[in-house]
Amino acid sequence: MRRIIRVASWLYALAVYGFIFLPVVVLVLFSLQATSFPIPPFTGPSLRWYDAVLSDVRLTSALVNSLLVASISSATAVTLGFLSAWGFARFVLPGSGLLRGLITLPLTVSYLIIGMGLLVLFNWAGVPKSLLAAGIGHVVINLPLCFAIIYSQMGDHQINIERAARDLGASEWKVLLLITVPVMAPAIFAGFFLSMTFSWDEFVISFLLTRFDTTLPVEIWNLLRSGLNPKTNAVGSLVFAVSIVLVVLFELTLLRRRKT
Amino acid sequence: MTAPLVDIRAVSHRFGQLAVLKNVSLRIEPGSYTILLGPSGSGKTTLLSILGGFVTPSEGKVFIRGEDCTAVPPARRPTTTVFQDYALFPHMSVGGNVGFGLRMQGVDGATRAAKAREALALVGLSSAFDKKPHQLSGGQRQRVALARALVIEPAVLLLDEPLGALDLKLRRQMQDELKAIQKRVGTAFIHVTHDQEEAMALADHCVVMNDGRIEDEGPPERVYARPATRFSATFMGESTILAGKVTEAGDRTGTVTTPAGPVSVRSALPEGSAVALAIRPEHLMLGGAAGTASLGMAKVSDVVFQGSFKRVLAVSVEDPSLQFIAKLPASTTVQPGDTLAVSCDTDQIIVLAD
Amino acid sequence: MNSAGNNSVPRAGSALPWALVTPALGWTLLFFVLPFIAMGFSSLTAHEGGGFTLSNYSQFFTNPSYWQAMVNSLEVTAIVTVVSVLLAYPFAWILAEQVPERWQRLALMLAVLPFWTSYVVRSYSWLLVLAQNGVINRALTGSGLITEPLQLANTRLAAATGFVHFFVMLLTLTIFANLKQLSPSYRKAAADLGAGPVRTFLHVILPLTLPGIMVGAFLTFVLCIGDYITPQILGGNNELLMPQLVMMQIGRRGDFPLASALSIILMAVVTVAYLACARWLKIERA
Repeated sequence: MRRIIRVASWLYALAVYGFIFLPVVVLVLFSLQATSFPIPPFTGPSLRWYDAVLSDVRLTSALVNSLLVASISSATAVTLGFLSAWGFARFVLPGSGLLRGLITLPLTVSYLIIGMGLLVLFNWAGVPKSLLAAGIGHVVINLPLCFAIIYSQMGDHQINIERAARDLGASEWKVLLLITVPVMAPAIFAGFFLSMTFSWDEFVISFLLTRFDTTLPVEIWNLLRSGLNPKTNAVGSLVFAVSIVLVVLFELTLLRRRKT
Repeated sequence: MTAPLVDIRAVSHRFGQLAVLKNVSLRIEPGSYTILLGPSGSGKTTLLSILGGFVTPSEGKVFIRGEDCTAVPPARRPTTTVFQDYALFPHMSVGGNVGFGLRMQGVDGATRAAKAREALALVGLSSAFDKKPHQLSGGQRQRVALARALVIEPAVLLLDEPLGALDLKLRRQMQDELKAIQKRVGTAFIHVTHDQEEAMALADHCVVMNDGRIEDEGPPERVYARPATRFSATFMGESTILAGKVTEAGDRTGTVTTPAGPVSVRSALPEGSAVALAIRPEHLMLGGAAGTASLGMAKVSDVVFQGSFKRVLAVSVEDPSLQFIAKLPASTTVQPGDTLAVSCDTDQIIVLAD
Repeated sequence: MNSAGNNSVPRAGSALPWALVTPALGWTLLFFVLPFIAMGFSSLTAHEGGGFTLSNYSQFFTNPSYWQAMVNSLEVTAIVTVVSVLLAYPFAWILAEQVPERWQRLALMLAVLPFWTSYVVRSYSWLLVLAQNGVINRALTGSGLITEPLQLANTRLAAATGFVHFFVMLLTLTIFANLKQLSPSYRKAAADLGAGPVRTFLHVILPLTLPGIMVGAFLTFVLCIGDYITPQILGGNNELLMPQLVMMQIGRRGDFPLASALSIILMAVVTVAYLACARWLKIERA
C-alpha cells in the first residue's frame, strides 16, 4: 500500500512538474531558434534573436522604463506602507480597524478595475497618459501588500523592543532609525522585492495608462500582434530571467531572516 | 525618617470601563527590594507600567526622588525596565545592547564599551560581549537585559516578571543571583511576580495585590506569619480558613464559634463581629498530640508525599464544606479514610476581621 | 494582558501618528477610492451627450452578447477553480508529505518558479505549445496519432489551460503552507487511535485544510474572473469574457461610461461571491 502510494506520488508529481514547466521550456528553447519561427523542428542554438532584442530600441527603452517604474513605485509603496504600518501598530487611532481595512482594500479588487478607475479619473481630470500615471497605479496595488507584510511583523515583542529603547533614553527619531528600521529590515525588503516583481510583471494598468513610452509587458504585447516570433521568445526569456533573479533575492532575504 | 525614593499617592487607573487600579498608595525606600505579588489581573503589571512611565494613571500622582513624575515619559525618568520578554535588540551584539543607553546619553565609544563590559561582568557574562542575543540561552538573555538596564545607573530598576520565562530550576538560581546583584549595586528593585516563593525569597518589602488594591504590605516574614487579609493568608502560602463569629469577648482573648466548634483565640474583637480564622498547614495537628485549640474531627481524604513532608487534606466531620490543609512529617502513618481529631495551638491562629 | 501597553506611548504630540498614516491613507483615497467614485459617476452618464442615464446598466441585461460574456466568465472561472484545486491538492500533499524535509523548500520553489513570469509571457508560451503548428500538434501528427492538426489555440480549452497553469502554482503554494501548519501530532494521534492513512486523510487532514482551500479557491475565483490577458491571448475573440468586453469598450469605441458600468457589474459579482462564502473564508484571521 505504502509503496503504491509512493510510486503514484512520484508519477503524479512528475506529471505536474511537466505541465508547469512545459511552456517555459518551449519558450526558452525556441528563443534559441536559428530560423524565423519558434515552432518545431528546433534549428538552433543561436543567439540571433537576443541580438535582435537588444538592438531594438523600443524594447530596450521599454525595459529601462519597466525597471524605472518598478523601482520608484516599489520604493514609494514600501515607504508609505512602512510608515502607516508603524503608525497603526504603535498608536491607538480612532477607527483604526476601518482605516487599516481601507488601506488593504485594493488587494481584493482586480487590476483591471483599478486601472479602469484611474483611467476614468485621469481622463476626467485631464491628466495625460504616462509612465507616471502607470507608476501611481502600481503604488495603489503594491501599497496594501507592503502594509500587510510589514504590519503583520510588528508584534508585541517588537513593541516591547521599542519601549525598551525609549526607556533607555532614545528619542522617537533614534528609535525609528536605530531600532525599528533595522529590526523590520527583512519585512521591508520582502515588501520591496515583492512589489518589484509585481510591478515588473504588471500589464493591464500600464496598458491602460501609458501611451508612447511604455513598459516591457505592454511592448511585448505589441510584439504579439506579429504572431509567433522567436524575438518574442527571447524577450520573454529575458523577462523571466529578471523575475527569477528578483525571486531568488527575495528568498535569500527570507532565509537570512530565518537564521537570525 | 528620610523622604521615600518612590511615593505613589492615591493612584487609580482604568482601561476603558475596566478599573485596574483602585486608589493605590505605596512608598518605596532607597536600596530596598520590593516585590509586587498578585494573581494575573490584580493590577501589579499596570502599577509597574505607571512607575516606568509607559502608562499615565487616570488619577493620582507618582513622585520619584521627590519630583512629580506622573506624566514624565520613560526616557526622562530615573527608572529603567527589564521586560518580561527581555526586549533585547536582535540586530545588535550583546555589547551594543548593553551600551545602548549610554550611547543615547552621548557617551563616547570607548567609555561605553568599558562600562558595558563592567556591567556584563557584574551579571557574570563577560565573555558574551560580541555575541548576538539569539546565540544566548534564556537565562543569559535575562542577565543581558539586567546589565543593559543597570548600566545607566537608574534610581529604580523595574522588573516585569523577569523570571517568568525560565524553567523552575533556573528560576531559583537566578533568584539568588538577582538578590546578590541588588545588594551589590544598592539600586532599589521593584519586581512583579505571581510566584509567592519568589516573593518570599527576594523581598525586603512584599506588596500583596488583588483586584486593583493593595491587600497587605510589609516584610515577607510578617506578611506570612500575620497576614492582614484573608486573600493574603491564602495567596502568600496556603491556609485553612474557618469562618466564624465572636461569641465571647474578653480583655485580650475571645471565643469564636466556627463550623468546627468554639475556638478560643488571642484577640480582642467585639462580640458579634464576623471573623475568619486562618491556620498555616505546618501548625495543624492531626490525631496524636493535641494542641491547645480543638478543631473537631476530620476524615482524611488525601495524603500526598512531597519529599520532606506529607501534605494531608482532611474534611471536617462537623461541616463537610470545611477542608483542612496540613503539613505532616514524612514519617507520619496517616492514611486516607482515617478519622482524626484536629487541633492547633491558640498562638498560631491568625484572626482576620471579615 | 502584560502587553496592554501600546495605548500609552507617547502621549504628547498626537500629530505624529497621523503624520505616519496620512500619506498611505491619502494615496488610497486619492488613487483608489476617488477613481472608483469617478467610475460610478461615469457609469451613470450617457456616452453621447453626457446626461444622466441608466442605459449603461440596462444594456448589460438587454444585450444578449453582454449577458453571454458574464455567463462565459462564470463558467470558465468555475471550471478553472475546480480543476486547479483538484490538481493542486494532491501535488501540494506530495510535496509536504512524500518529499524529504530537506528538499521540500527547493521542490516548492521549483514548482512555482514560472508563477513569477509576467502574465503576457506565460500566456504567449502556452500559445507556442498549443498553436496549429505548435509543439503538441507536431508531436501528435509526428507520432501518427492524428493526421490533421487539432484546433487547440483560440478556444475555451486554451484559455482554461493557461488559467489552470497559473492557479495550480498559486494553490500549491497556499495548500502546501496549510499542510505544513498542521501539527504532526494530529497524524500521530489519528494513527494512535487506529485510523489508517486513508481515514486519517479523510477525517483529519482534509477537514483541517479545508478553510485554507476555500481561501485559495476564492483567490483563484477573484483573480481569474478579472483577468484580461489569458483569455485575450489564448481564447481569442471567438468567445468573449467580461474583462475582454470591458477592454473592448475602451479600445474600440472609447465608451468609458459603458466600460465603467461593466466593471462595476463585474465587481458586484465578485462581492456577491465573497458574501456568499464569507462564512467559510475566515480571512479576518489573517
